[in-house]
Amino acid sequence: MATAVRDRTLSGAAGIGIAVGVYGVSFGVLAVASGLSWVQACVMSMLVFTGASQFAFIGVLAAGGGLLAATGPAVMLAVRNAAYGLSLAPILPARLRDRALAAQVVIDETTAMARAQEDPAAARRAFLATGVSVWLCWNAGTLVGALLGGGLGDPRTLGLDAMFPAAFLALLAPQLRRAGAPVAAVAGAVVAVVLLPFAPAGVPVIAALAGIAPGLLLARGVRS
Amino acid sequence: MTWVVLLALAAVSYGLKAAGPLLAGGRELGPGVRRALDLAAVPLLAALILTQTVGDGHRLVLDARLPALAVAAVLVWRRAPFLVVVLAAAGTAALLRALGPV
Repeated sequence: MATAVRDRTLSGAAGIGIAVGVYGVSFGVLAVASGLSWVQACVMSMLVFTGASQFAFIGVLAAGGGLLAATGPAVMLAVRNAAYGLSLAPILPARLRDRALAAQVVIDETTAMARAQEDPAAARRAFLATGVSVWLCWNAGTLVGALLGGGLGDPRTLGLDAMFPAAFLALLAPQLRRAGAPVAAVAGAVVAVVLLPFAPAGVPVIAALAGIAPGLLLARGVRS
Repeated sequence: MTWVVLLALAAVSYGLKAAGPLLAGGRELGPGVRRALDLAAVPLLAALILTQTVGDGHRLVLDARLPALAVAAVLVWRRAPFLVVVLAAAGTAALLRALGPV
């Protein structure tokens, strides 16, 4: 039983890694197309290491925006990692050096994998396995994509842009079992879509955090 | 200049990730804050799904990404492996774009 759970964790981590790697290839291609050098694309993936922010950054650059205009949305999209970091703090390694390293892989995928586990030990294992797998694959993918350059063709033709929502949906689904989660999800999605046409890039996703409020109210109602 | 901005973005992004684990690690959070943080990823992921399915800059568009998400939703519901879900979504979008003007 425990072995089966562990196997599922590892294969889940590997699966997420591969999917992220494939998307990393398209990030590399798009980053070079937006004007970054291949070295800059690779360093960005290693150090910034938060996919949505990186895509927002090169998206603005590719559309002709300046470096600073590109930085705003990227930072706002990274703010959610602070919420993840707080919630993951109890399950991260205790040693300072390990903790500081682990913090670099506090992102959507690792948080979702950790959350999907039953107990803290399993959550830590899932977090670390997913973190290593996603970090390696994202950077390998970025390198391959940046070197391939424009050779892959239009990422849209390959449907690569449709991979992101599908991946986020697969990450969201197991979390919907929490009390109040479906309401929080719908509320967050509505807030984001309503704000999208006029709020600066990145703001709609951050504003979606407001969806927590109706979710918590409902969860409280369920308990009492 | 590009390097300065890239490294600054890296520093900010690491600071955001590490603030909780390195600074608030030993601190106990109240149960309300705890529940709110537990729930935080849910509306954010939902917002990312929607904005990246129907968003195009500041415009809302319905294109091949929406049927691709529907295919992904069915596969997630059928508990298909993660990789199958994302590849099926990409394949659906690619196929629809190859076939017609979506």
